[in-house]
Amino acid sequence: MKKIISLFVSIHFCLFAFSQESNIGVINGDFNLNLQSYQEDSKIGAEAQDEIVLNNAYLNLNYTRGNFATGIRYESYLNALADFDPEFKGNGIMYRYATYSIDNLEITAGNYYEQLGSGLIFRSYEEKGLGIDNAMDGVRLKYVPIDGLYLKTFIGKSRTHFTYSDGIFRGADAELNINQILNSELKTKIIFGGSFVSRYQQRDNLIFQIPQNVSAYASRINLMHGKWSYFGEYAYKINDPANVLSQSQMNYANGTAFTQNITFSKRGFGISAEMHRTDNMTFKSDRDRDGKAYIINYIPTLSKPHTYSLLALYPCATQADGELGIQFDIFYKFKKGSRLGGKYGTKIAINYSQINALEGGPSFLNDIRTHKPTFINFDEVLHYQDFNISVAKKINRKLNTNFIFANQTYNKDVLEGKPIGDYGILNSTILVSDISYKIKDGHTIRLELQSLMSSQIEDGKQPKEGDWSMSLLEYTISPHWFLSIQDMYNYGNEDINKQLHYVNINAGFIKGANRFEIGYGKKREGIFCVGGVCKTVPSSNGFSLSVSSSF
Amino acid sequence: MFKKTLLTFLTAILAITFCFSQTKSLPNIDLKTLDGSKFNITEIENEGSPIVISFWATWCKPCKKELNNIAEIYEDWQDETNVKVIAISIDDSRSMSKVNPYVNASDWEYEVYLDTNSDLKRAMGVSTVPHTFLLNSQKEIVWQHKGYIEGDENELYKEIKKLVK
Repeated sequence: MKKIISLFVSIHFCLFAFSQESNIGVINGDFNLNLQSYQEDSKIGAEAQDEIVLNNAYLNLNYTRGNFATGIRYESYLNALADFDPEFKGNGIMYRYATYSIDNLEITAGNYYEQLGSGLIFRSYEEKGLGIDNAMDGVRLKYVPIDGLYLKTFIGKSRTHFTYSDGIFRGADAELNINQILNSELKTKIIFGGSFVSRYQQRDNLIFQIPQNVSAYASRINLMHGKWSYFGEYAYKINDPANVLSQSQMNYANGTAFTQNITFSKRGFGISAEMHRTDNMTFKSDRDRDGKAYIINYIPTLSKPHTYSLLALYPCATQADGELGIQFDIFYKFKKGSRLGGKYGTKIAINYSQINALEGGPSFLNDIRTHKPTFINFDEVLHYQDFNISVAKKINRKLNTNFIFANQTYNKDVLEGKPIGDYGILNSTILVSDISYKIKDGHTIRLELQSLMSSQIEDGKQPKEGDWSMSLLEYTISPHWFLSIQDMYNYGNEDINKQLHYVNINAGFIKGANRFEIGYGKKREGIFCVGGVCKTVPSSNGFSLSVSSSF
Repeated sequence: MFKKTLLTFLTAILAITFCFSQTKSLPNIDLKTLDGSKFNITEIENEGSPIVISFWATWCKPCKKELNNIAEIYEDWQDETNVKVIAISIDDSRSMSKVNPYVNASDWEYEVYLDTNSDLKRAMGVSTVPHTFLLNSQKEIVWQHKGYIEGDENELYKEIKKLVK
């Protein structure tokens, strides 16, 4: 508390001091409020909440002047929305920082977000929609001794809900831009990077010698030549068994992760190919706690993040403990005036991804059992597969169309952590058509029709949801108004009582930097993912209000 | 103690709101260029003509709609107002590698930068994408808009024209 007050005092002081000058600095920030009411609906399994209405809100406030910046975030969960961890409870200033830079040295004290390389060994970030915020609290230094050499180091604890977890993190990173250092005009650009992070957490296991300092390393390279670009990163983490025998079965195996991608692009055409492999690479801020709040590294999911609701009905989630995946993307634009391009050009995007388990499961090592999976083997249990093709075409000044075909395979048991055999592996074929028509200046009507046809590749014991359809009608008046009504219909559910409609109505008003939205409807129980991280969303029924504003 | 903090908090907000004028310059934040070099956002330049900064991501439908719609009329906009559009991708390591192929395939003429750690996004008070800012000849933020609905580019263009009168 004292720290916070002194921070404010310093802000006041700054205000006072700077008000004498013409440049007094800049204040900005944003505010968000999400309210939701919860009514019972036994058909969809929605429960009423004791509070009737739940609320998440926060306000960010930043002050910057030249090379100095400071800021806070006030958060309010009274009480947190039902799809959030109930440990988010109460009000408080959970984020405050001050930073300044001088002669190429940047110093930050307080909270900060940091990522080393692509995040395989360390990533501290926020994703409000998922309820993830593992902000660091400590100090961080960034230094650029010469152009092309970037150094950073930090120490701190990571946030979990409304507190900080046990582990103390020490990290460092160096990045070397060869072309900048040599001041060369070489056609090939080369960037090397190396990072290190270590977590200290006291040992309280009397029998087993589990490490108190768990370190992880990663090295990366980025090569660019003309239209080609390559990125590769390899990470290694030493053994990190939990104190509780049942949790880790005393697994002393090390962890490894490997990611690489290659892209080629030119005007009108782009391709990307990616591959990753992760083995025993869950890195937590507390070895004895489970849950996404404690995860401190980031292994991105190797599949396309879909936005259409039925394409995202069964989303892929990274299994940091072990998976092997590949992904390909092709983007192509048929030129304006060509036969397939028409007057405005036609855009095509093709995406394929496949993620399999590691051979025989992740690495394992203790006195009783030793296992090390082969490096590359695509014959193992399939976790996820997605082939999709999207065609976007503007027909004329008024009519715009987008069609998508997708075929997805989803190992529900593995990806949702259910007992193997409960739901099996399901395959869905999905069609999406999205058509918008401009009625007159600023007035647009949009119709979205989606269909998901489902079958089982491996049967499960639990009842199947089967086929879905989704339709959405939206009317927008630029620049202020939008109204939409949508219906998701589970017409193919095995259980005839669950062949239900999930109808939602939303309306909103936007003016400049303010946005208001009200909604009413039913939400299906499901999985919601951003990046590689997912949360389960309970079914709900009720009103919602959201206000978002930037200043 | 808590009340005291809250009180300080509220007075701080009040003091700050009163003290500060409406013109805002850009924060001192490093981004990455598409070829991996560091780039400070304060170094963007358009020789005294307006600049549009649009936050987007490869996974964001309305963002791509906005930038694709502007792309169709960008030449006309530039001829008439010399405006420059800067697209800042907030894609993280999941989709970062797809930014360049997507931008090239879409035939965009914009300057594109990567904000992979969301540093600029936070510093500019952007909570969701798309979020569009308009900068005047002094590179001060004079207008901003959240979200995108079909036709919003006309509203933006009206604001741009106000600056080049």
